[in-house]
Amino acid sequence: MATYVLRRVLQNIPLLLLISIVLFVILHNAPGGPLAPYLQNPHITPADIKRLEHNFGLDRPLYVQYWGWLEKVLTGDLGYSTSNSESVVAAMLDRLPATLELMGSAFFVSIVLGVALGIFSAVRPYSWIDYTVTTLAFFGQSMPVFWFALMLQLAFSVNGITAFGWRFALPSAGMCATDECGLYDRFVHLILPTVVLSLAYVATWSRFTRSSMLEVVRTDYMRTAAAKGLAPRAILLKHGLKNALTPVVTIVALSMPGLVAGAVVTETIFAWPGMGRLFYNALGQFDFSLLMGYLMLISFLVVLFNLLADVAYAWLDPRVTYD
Amino acid sequence: MELPAAATVKPDDEYRLERHGTWKRFRKHRLALAGAAVLIVMIVVAVFAPLITPADPNAIDQVNWSGYPLAPEVAGHILGTDENGRDLLARLIFGARISLTVAIFAVVMEIVIGTLLGALSGYYGGIVDFAIMRLTDVVLSIPLLPLLLVLTAIVAASSNKASLNFGVIVVLIGGLSWPSVARLVRASFLSLREREFAEAARALGNADLRIIFRHLLPNAVAPIIVAATLDVANVIILESTLSFLGFGIQPPTASWGNMLANAEANMAIAPWAAVFPGLCILVTVLAINYLGDGLRDALDPKM
Repeated sequence: MATYVLRRVLQNIPLLLLISIVLFVILHNAPGGPLAPYLQNPHITPADIKRLEHNFGLDRPLYVQYWGWLEKVLTGDLGYSTSNSESVVAAMLDRLPATLELMGSAFFVSIVLGVALGIFSAVRPYSWIDYTVTTLAFFGQSMPVFWFALMLQLAFSVNGITAFGWRFALPSAGMCATDECGLYDRFVHLILPTVVLSLAYVATWSRFTRSSMLEVVRTDYMRTAAAKGLAPRAILLKHGLKNALTPVVTIVALSMPGLVAGAVVTETIFAWPGMGRLFYNALGQFDFSLLMGYLMLISFLVVLFNLLADVAYAWLDPRVTYD
Repeated sequence: MELPAAATVKPDDEYRLERHGTWKRFRKHRLALAGAAVLIVMIVVAVFAPLITPADPNAIDQVNWSGYPLAPEVAGHILGTDENGRDLLARLIFGARISLTVAIFAVVMEIVIGTLLGALSGYYGGIVDFAIMRLTDVVLSIPLLPLLLVLTAIVAASSNKASLNFGVIVVLIGGLSWPSVARLVRASFLSLREREFAEAARALGNADLRIIFRHLLPNAVAPIIVAATLDVANVIILESTLSFLGFGIQPPTASWGNMLANAEANMAIAPWAAVFPGLCILVTVLAINYLGDGLRDALDPKM
């Protein structure tokens, strides 16, 4: 097992280097390159640009620049963010708690609802419960996230729900209403973004749990468990669910980076002060170091969670051989 | 003496019956049929947009518009107007054109690249396979939406977004979403190339390319069709998301996504402008997803 993990880790290092080279070349060949924000400033003359190019080392060959970038990255320095006037790492760390809060709550909702709905529909396949869950999952997978967010804002924030002479409304932007940022305040601000971000995952994970569960139900050990006279609930939850969840763990691990990348849209619409919005704001000003750093970070997460998914699968399912 | 079962050859009409089975299975999937019907309506609307439209999608209703969106059914605008006094129904109809053509062109591009690379990779193996698969790994490892946003931002930076047109969006989406198709085709080719008919084709002295395209590819078509159908839905969502965020199709050209970007600001006074474009996206994508699901069941019950 240890050699298997080690080998997979070593395999991924060239991949990460390749990704960083591709991203570096693309971003450097962008019009203006890393100096794009300065080009828009009328007070900066072409002579200034030449000087800046020299100072930043942008007149050196690309591979020398890449090497310089790589050396810095390995020491934990992602460069200077022109749109935030601080280092990229500092800007990201500043937004990290907000992103983790939103991701964490969306992850929790998705895993609980997704797995529960998947089990409900697998217990009675082709019943009305199953059809309802499957239909909802189809809607969830087909829903344009940004429009779903707008409709929730329309229903719960713009107009609010009025019932029995009592108006109920949810905040549609930000993390807190006041600087104190109390627990209740944070909670109500979290509701709509969480619902929006978790919709697609509830849909996918419930379908996945359902099909995995249906596969397990057909196996011999489930029949054995039934033949020994175990209660249906024990068969389903202890013998069935435990085995059915192995592939679900894989798909969950594989979707984790998407939860970060997908938050770009959600964070932008709900003015959530997280990393996705940091990235979106950097786009318009072409903040080279931040864009490069963000793309590299989420690509790293993809590679990392791919690896974790493989390892988890091999670890959870003893039938998988790794050599 | 009786022939062993494996050696019996089915008569031609039995194969025809099997193909008939595909249609029969598809027909039973009522939601897929409904999806196909909705999609056909959308395509008809998109193709005949200039004939169906109640107004010019970019024309401002100078007579009735006074700076605010007009509500549905005011002054003959069935769905009202947007904040610039342009007929919403007309813009939705022309938006269908943009969404569907972007999706179809991007998916064709994705399928051509993905099939070609996947076929070469699976057929030749070795160093060709290694190189293509590493390229696939790289593209698959960079999350698509952020990458597309950065690339469109790069294109936009040089020209203040004027050059972010239809062609650029198609090429960027199509040029980056082929890896999943490549992996799919590669997997099919890895098993197909070991089959007897492939060996027979080789033994007859056929050229590699002829074996790939005439003998192997027709046997790998089913999963490609399913993937292509479902990817049309994905691309519609992707394009509308980019357009909504301001890095896709640029106004005044109507796209379902950029209509929503404008509607967001006026949601309190003109909710209808925010409801209809998204509804169009949802209905179209849902229809395609059901169609794809039906095709998957019909083409290969094992999938």
